Amino acid sequence: MAEDFGEGSTAGMDEYETLMATTDVELLKTALRNEKAAPEILQFQAQLVKRAREQIQLMEETVEEFEQSGMDPLTVSLYQMDLDRAQFLLRSYLRVRLQKLEKYMFYIWKNDSLRNRLSEPEKIFVKRCIDDMEKHLEETVLSKLPDNYQSARRQSIISEEDDMVPEPQLDTFVACKSSNRFVSLTLVDSERPLEMERHDVSFVLYKVIKDKIGVDVDLV
Amino acid sequence: MAGQSDPHISLFSPQEIEFMAEDELVEIVPNIRMDPLNFISGDFGPFSPQLPAKVPLWLAVALKKRGKCMIRPPQWMSIENLTHVLEGEREDQGAFQAVPFHYIEISRLLFDHARDDIPDIYMVRSLIEDIRDVRLHKVETNLEKFSATSAVKISHLSAMEVNVVRPFVVRSLQAFYKHDNPVVMADLDSASDRQPQVRQPQVPRNAQRQPLKRR
Repeated sequence: MAEDFGEGSTAGMDEYETLMATTDVELLKTALRNEKAAPEILQFQAQLVKRAREQIQLMEETVEEFEQSGMDPLTVSLYQMDLDRAQFLLRSYLRVRLQKLEKYMFYIWKNDSLRNRLSEPEKIFVKRCIDDMEKHLEETVLSKLPDNYQSARRQSIISEEDDMVPEPQLDTFVACKSSNRFVSLTLVDSERPLEMERHDVSFVLYKVIKDKIGVDVDLV
Repeated sequence: MAGQSDPHISLFSPQEIEFMAEDELVEIVPNIRMDPLNFISGDFGPFSPQLPAKVPLWLAVALKKRGKCMIRPPQWMSIENLTHVLEGEREDQGAFQAVPFHYIEISRLLFDHARDDIPDIYMVRSLIEDIRDVRLHKVETNLEKFSATSAVKISHLSAMEVNVVRPFVVRSLQAFYKHDNPVVMADLDSASDRQPQVRQPQVPRNAQRQPLKRR
């Protein structure tokens, strides 16, 4: 039926239902998408990751119990699939962050607000990455250069800032959807706010919406 | 299509997008009895023969593969609906018809794994392919009307479509942005990741460029 596509459509209702019963898997998926689509590192979802870890561990134990108790192999395999999917999401989330950390380690480390977005293990990881990278650059190249060119972060001693540090491109555009039924965003250069309903996708300047990610909008 | 030539440019792989779509709920009619499944991703069941139940697509496909259920194709996948949508897509060149966010992935998964559950599958399949083609063509032509702005809204664009047009849309918007804001030009010129080699040229205040003509 035509009206199935309109307001209050089947798809719309399903969306609404999933919204009402949001599982951690769904939240993790959103976190993964946001992290993947954002140019810079986002706030680590500590609580969510903790909960997901606990659920995964619990499920691992449950599946093991099922297997030992001789439960129907079909059911066990379905539980295993659900477990695999949750693990895949969690791993992807952590991995996307690691990739960003490796890419922008110097940049993240020197900026307090960015550094505070990391989890403790991530901080240790970045610190070690930096040490290893510096040591590597030092041994292979820098130590063989003239005195003025031995910094891993600056071209030469006359550089006024760290000009050899890769930085994420923040003047970029991202695709986003409203995470609620409706959202109105104020844009810098236009007098009209950007209004989005659930079915709208907008390509927006990252800087404009970065503080709204995970609150009013989610990246897709 | 601009973004399709190089799969590495796409932010998400088609497989990743499909994975995301597999949590969408579909209705199945099981032919077995099974206790409720208390998954991390939610609680589903109990299942009894001939009693329809709503489950995520991945679970439906898993059961279907083992011959434990039939999948009821969603309402929007009926020929009547699809014909209507296709007509709408063709008539209104400026806007997109309302389709589920994951319509490409859901239909693709059902075609691959539940062909015997979809009446008139060839018709349904060709309708969806046509809808997809018309929509992609429409995105491309609409992109020509782009102008300098900090946001572009496209209603009812689906997940797969976002991913396909993203590289092109982002690059064009960046280009507009760059011309509107000469100060950031130096940064943007060095592609997506800025690795500044030279200090940014200082742009005198009076050198502000005129913004591109807006529509």
